[in-house]
Amino acid sequence: MSQIIIYTIITLVAIGAVAAIILYFVAQKFKVYEDPRIDQVEEALPAANCGGCGFAGCRNFAEALVKSDSFDGLNCPVGGNDTMASVASILGREAVESAPLVAVIRCNGTPEFRPRTNTYDGASSCAVEHSLHTGEGGCPHGCLGHGDCVDACDFDAIHMNPETELPEVIDDKCTACGACVRACPRDIIELRKKNKKDRKIFVSCINEEKGPIPKRNCSVVCIGCSACFKVCPHDAITMNNNLAYIDPVKCRLCRKCVVVCPTNAIHEIHFPPPKIVGVAKETETSKSKENETKQKN
Amino acid sequence: MGLLTFSLGGIHPPENKISAGKKIESPGLPEIVTIPLAQHLGAPSKVVVARGDTVKTGQIIAEANGFVSTNIHSSVTGKVLKVDLFPDSSGYRRQAVQIQVEEDDWVEGIDLSDTLVKDFDKSQDEIRKIILNSGIVGLGGATFPSHVKLMTPKGKTAEYLIINGVECEPYLTADHALMLEKHDELIVGVRILMKGLGVEKAIIGIENNKPDAIKIMEKASAEFDSIVVKPLKVQYPQGGEKQLVQALLKREVPSGGLPIDVGVVAFNVGTVYASYLAVQKNRPLLERVVTVTGKSVKKPSNFLTRVGTPVSYLIEKAGGLPEDTAKVINGGPMMGKALSRLDVPIVKGSSGILLLMEEEAYRKETQSCIRCTKCVTVCPMGLEPYLLMTQAEKAMYEEMEGEKVMDCIECGSCVYTCPSSRPLLDYIRLGKGELGKILRARKAV
Repeated sequence: MSQIIIYTIITLVAIGAVAAIILYFVAQKFKVYEDPRIDQVEEALPAANCGGCGFAGCRNFAEALVKSDSFDGLNCPVGGNDTMASVASILGREAVESAPLVAVIRCNGTPEFRPRTNTYDGASSCAVEHSLHTGEGGCPHGCLGHGDCVDACDFDAIHMNPETELPEVIDDKCTACGACVRACPRDIIELRKKNKKDRKIFVSCINEEKGPIPKRNCSVVCIGCSACFKVCPHDAITMNNNLAYIDPVKCRLCRKCVVVCPTNAIHEIHFPPPKIVGVAKETETSKSKENETKQKN
Repeated sequence: MGLLTFSLGGIHPPENKISAGKKIESPGLPEIVTIPLAQHLGAPSKVVVARGDTVKTGQIIAEANGFVSTNIHSSVTGKVLKVDLFPDSSGYRRQAVQIQVEEDDWVEGIDLSDTLVKDFDKSQDEIRKIILNSGIVGLGGATFPSHVKLMTPKGKTAEYLIINGVECEPYLTADHALMLEKHDELIVGVRILMKGLGVEKAIIGIENNKPDAIKIMEKASAEFDSIVVKPLKVQYPQGGEKQLVQALLKREVPSGGLPIDVGVVAFNVGTVYASYLAVQKNRPLLERVVTVTGKSVKKPSNFLTRVGTPVSYLIEKAGGLPEDTAKVINGGPMMGKALSRLDVPIVKGSSGILLLMEEEAYRKETQSCIRCTKCVTVCPMGLEPYLLMTQAEKAMYEEMEGEKVMDCIECGSCVYTCPSSRPLLDYIRLGKGELGKILRARKAV
């Protein structure tokens, strides 16, 4: 009886030894060299796997970082400059500072400003509604309000406001990964430079049509009048196809354009109430302030 | 022996053919017509008139822009107000010509009489040319330019001409009315298309819920051995080209293919009538029969409507918009799309305007999929709608290609049968659109 146990043990040990030897040589033969820095870099990344960098996940991004010679075009928007600095120290390179960004919604078509002319009864998805018709209001560019952007956000940074029927971005949570930008079928979400105290000035409309029709659809539409373009002292505003665009880098947040916009299409957010205002435009400014606070709530 | 029908899937919704038996009448001319430049599948036509021009009824206002495209004719006489962007049935603004109607003065050489012209001596090429010049497209709804269908591609031969008088869509009666009133003209049209296509055999398929049409068409075609009328069992979506070919000939059109792949070309009866008018009377396609119907509509009608007439005008002529109207649908209840505004024009592809009452208009609340596979059972194309919907929801458009989403004929049987009222077709259409973009981009590379 004990003999059988001994033989069994000897046989098993022998098999184990032979297998170990074979495996050792096979492992040597088929060894894949992997840069140990990839693991280190991956460790330093936020592990959100959001795809904001343009890669499928943090691992792929880490591989790309290690492989490339410079950080050109490689940036983790979620981790920001701190993460990129630690990645740079792992790889022994100079970190490139990039301005943090934040998502803004370029539509202010609340039911008050953009009267609803019909009711949509189909699938609750912006992509579906966009493919079917112009939306409940007449504007073919405005927010549809089903929250495809909310579903896309991995960071809980964007929510629908049931009152305005528009999404709102929580600046502190937004990592500028760009998931909402890709999800929006109407392309109204833009990533813009984050300013001090989260202050923002932007044209909250993407309408490029001229004439009275857009104005009939929505009262806070950009009608391409160029008033802001003329008044801007920093050359930050450009007019493309009847649509004003404020360059976030050039803009110095002087707020002159906000006052002159006849339709209140230019938004200012997180600013204190203006101290000196042109007398004639006072009412309009306060109105735009009102809109802004409404959007914030 | 049971009646013919297609073998896979299908449903039988309530027929509600309220306007059946109503004579085709003219609603008159509106004050302004808006004629879109993209009324057909393929490239939008190129406009050849400008603001301020005076156009006559039947005059070409936009020319074919490529092979898969067609001419568009003015449907009225008057002054061109604008060539600009106007909302189409989806509300998006597209190129169209707006004409202020003055009178109804047709271009010279067009025969406006009602007399039946039986004999024709045109050659095959002449017929094809007339069809192209007359701007004829498939009037069943897909609006595919008819001259393209008549040109059999190399390596394929057409054996049968199938005439689609099925009209399986509930409520609609436009084709039915046409068969009852214009049966003799239709038979001449069938002969013209047979010659244009170069085939010896034609089959007219009509569903069994229109016994009067079957009888009258059988009588009209009695003197021609080559034209057969076949009654079909009532089953939706039998009016789909592929389903009809399968029902009549037991031939299955391959995935991604056309009926010509199995030696068949199919035309709707509306198209046949338009071809008759074009070849025998020199009349281009500028009007069509449109059913205006609904349970609460005062005067359900079949209107011979000029292209470009506003929907609101037709509703006015059918007794006005009933107070309890909750939804206006362009087309039938199964495949039509709800309109978000009523100032949009009737186009070549509009077969009906359906007004739904408050109590029947809304969809039920969407619930979770219970995996009953009813949608799979009824899908006439053998697809898996529940899977396609999930894929479209998750934006897995490329994976949908393998599931053959492009074969979907958008008949809506899956949505009709779903006990959880899931918006299956909404998402499938989205997936088709997005996958179409991907496929076109791939082709362009």
